[in-house]
Amino acid sequence: MVMTDNRITVQKKTTKQNKYNVIQAIKDGLKTMLAEDENVLLLGEDIGVNGGVFRATEGLQKEFGEKRVIDTPLSEAGFVGTAVGMALNGLRPVVEIQFLGFIYPAYEQIATHVSRMRSRTLGFYSLPMVIRAPYGAGVGAPEIHSDSAEALFTHMPGIKVVCPSNAYDAKGLLIASIEDPDPVLFLEPMRLYRGTRKEVPSEKYTVEIGKGTYVKEGKDVSVFAWGAMVPVAEKAAQALEAEGISSEVIDLRTLYPLDKDIIAESVQKTGRAVIVHEAHETGGVGSEITSIINDTSFLYLKSPIKRVTGFDVPVPLFSIEHDYVPTPERVKAAIKNSVEF
Amino acid sequence: MKDKFPLMQLIDQAGNIVSEEYKSDITEENIKKFYYHMLRLRTYDRRGRALQRQGRIGTYVPFEGQEGAQVGSALALDEKDWMFPTYRDHGAALAFGAELHRLFLYWSGRVEGAVPSLTKRILPASVPIATHLPHATGAAMADMYKGTKNASIAYFGDGATSEGDFHEGINIASVFKAPVVFFNQNNGYAISVPIEKQMNSETIAQKAVSYGIPGVRVDGMDVFAVHLAVKEALDRARRGDGPTLIEAVVIRFGAHTTADDPTKYRDQEKIEQIRDEVDPILRLERVMKNNGMWDGAWINQTRKEIETEVNEAVEQMEDFDKPNPADMFDYVFEKAPWTIQKQKETLLRRSGS
Repeated sequence: MVMTDNRITVQKKTTKQNKYNVIQAIKDGLKTMLAEDENVLLLGEDIGVNGGVFRATEGLQKEFGEKRVIDTPLSEAGFVGTAVGMALNGLRPVVEIQFLGFIYPAYEQIATHVSRMRSRTLGFYSLPMVIRAPYGAGVGAPEIHSDSAEALFTHMPGIKVVCPSNAYDAKGLLIASIEDPDPVLFLEPMRLYRGTRKEVPSEKYTVEIGKGTYVKEGKDVSVFAWGAMVPVAEKAAQALEAEGISSEVIDLRTLYPLDKDIIAESVQKTGRAVIVHEAHETGGVGSEITSIINDTSFLYLKSPIKRVTGFDVPVPLFSIEHDYVPTPERVKAAIKNSVEF
Repeated sequence: MKDKFPLMQLIDQAGNIVSEEYKSDITEENIKKFYYHMLRLRTYDRRGRALQRQGRIGTYVPFEGQEGAQVGSALALDEKDWMFPTYRDHGAALAFGAELHRLFLYWSGRVEGAVPSLTKRILPASVPIATHLPHATGAAMADMYKGTKNASIAYFGDGATSEGDFHEGINIASVFKAPVVFFNQNNGYAISVPIEKQMNSETIAQKAVSYGIPGVRVDGMDVFAVHLAVKEALDRARRGDGPTLIEAVVIRFGAHTTADDPTKYRDQEKIEQIRDEVDPILRLERVMKNNGMWDGAWINQTRKEIETEVNEAVEQMEDFDKPNPADMFDYVFEKAPWTIQKQKETLLRRSGS
């Protein structure tokens, strides 16, 4: 609103939009928050001069300085622990783990401090910090670079886990994560980094943590996915339209806490559910979704819940990784199986 | 290596002032201040052990013998400095400003006591070994970033130096010249494992060399020497010259915890034989006597006051409100998500609350 001559003129907001891919949207989110809040700073390996191995922080050190965008020693436990100290002392650190498969040395820090500080001090100390990590297979990366370890963290009390599947959600969820009063693990689907572009507003906005979204509406079966599996589920759903199967595709976006309402709403409409994730099957987030369906929608079910997941094996080397990661064909088969049960 | 990192001492075991340079600091006022705090720690510590034996608190971690190191270091801190203690450093926390009844509450399994002070920046005891060293680095880097002159101190034992986080915390602090003091109390044992099986290096102080920072080895039973070493390291940190690694060589007189039996792994009789000789409190008494500062009336009065204070803290602990099971749900996140909310309701329904 602009005041002119005692008259109030409502000025139409001209929101500038950019066509961004996921990595550009993440950089835009980081830049937005660095510019807005001087307590926000970034830490990680190769994020400064090099701009990150995926260029998520390209140019940010130049723009905001070495004190805000910090190249750390190669020391995951060390710099996650350093971020704990910074967050205790009033800052809002955003840590980059180069690949999710490199997070394991920091697991103790996350399990014993990051996720517990608020609880063990009855809220006297809290840790508003974000751990960003590219995850997942399908890009031909070397060993250990392709893990999907989200369930190790959704099982851990005291940390939220989010996972966007597109550029718009990536920026909005990242800003929501940085502003969240509690620690957030922000998983970035490496495979979608430079995939489809989406309109991303240049201004600040948030996407609420804990809320899923409908990617495609349908009436016969609900297909739940997140991150890199969203386009896979979508592809399968589109292909089955021709065969007269109407699938509803839901991008959960947050893995802890799960959006139980959207899960229940959709399953109560369709009566069928297929869950797609690239992480290992046993103990995966899919089991938790199954449990939510069981608790909320058991009597609506017309067929058993199906899971399409990675296998209970270490993510294989890339020559056979496409046999490990769920494909649209595997998802299609599961949907058909569910509908034709 | 021991000759490159000589044991710094201002007062020897016999109570002789052996440093001409710092003789003027060893005033009656300072002696009384340190003596008071060490006596207070010991009284609290012995009460802690007694309460555990009586079943009035849970497993307790005694620190008898290490009062000099804990008091000397804690009293070197400034009001707004950050303290990152382990579970054996509640003495240091107490000397810095922890509330007595909160410490007792913590040992009786009450989360209300986990934060040692509501005014001083003392973190809850770090239980996983060495994991808090990077926290001290981070808090110090935040102070640097904000442009304050505050520093951080991390406490840890000899066993902690074998952990990866020891290296990572000190390395990062040294790279960024973070204002941290890494304060090691080397009591020679990590529960039962003696230092010879913990490390191949002769001293802990020498490890500083690999980080390009000063390493100082100090007689941890000499409260004045510890205080000086920590003060100098803090000054250095505040000047922007980065971290220091201090090794305070101490003797833990008793067990690792009240659940531990030290006779299984060391000659406890030998400790009993030497304890009067090495005791940091008795050493100050000798200084008082040697220098005509002995004030028996003051000591008796101080003893009584501390007894009263500790008795009151125990009462406060035992009169504390009953624990509230809802507490386990209400502070995991700022706002409990539906999962925790649902679980809380289930528990409270079952317990009829």
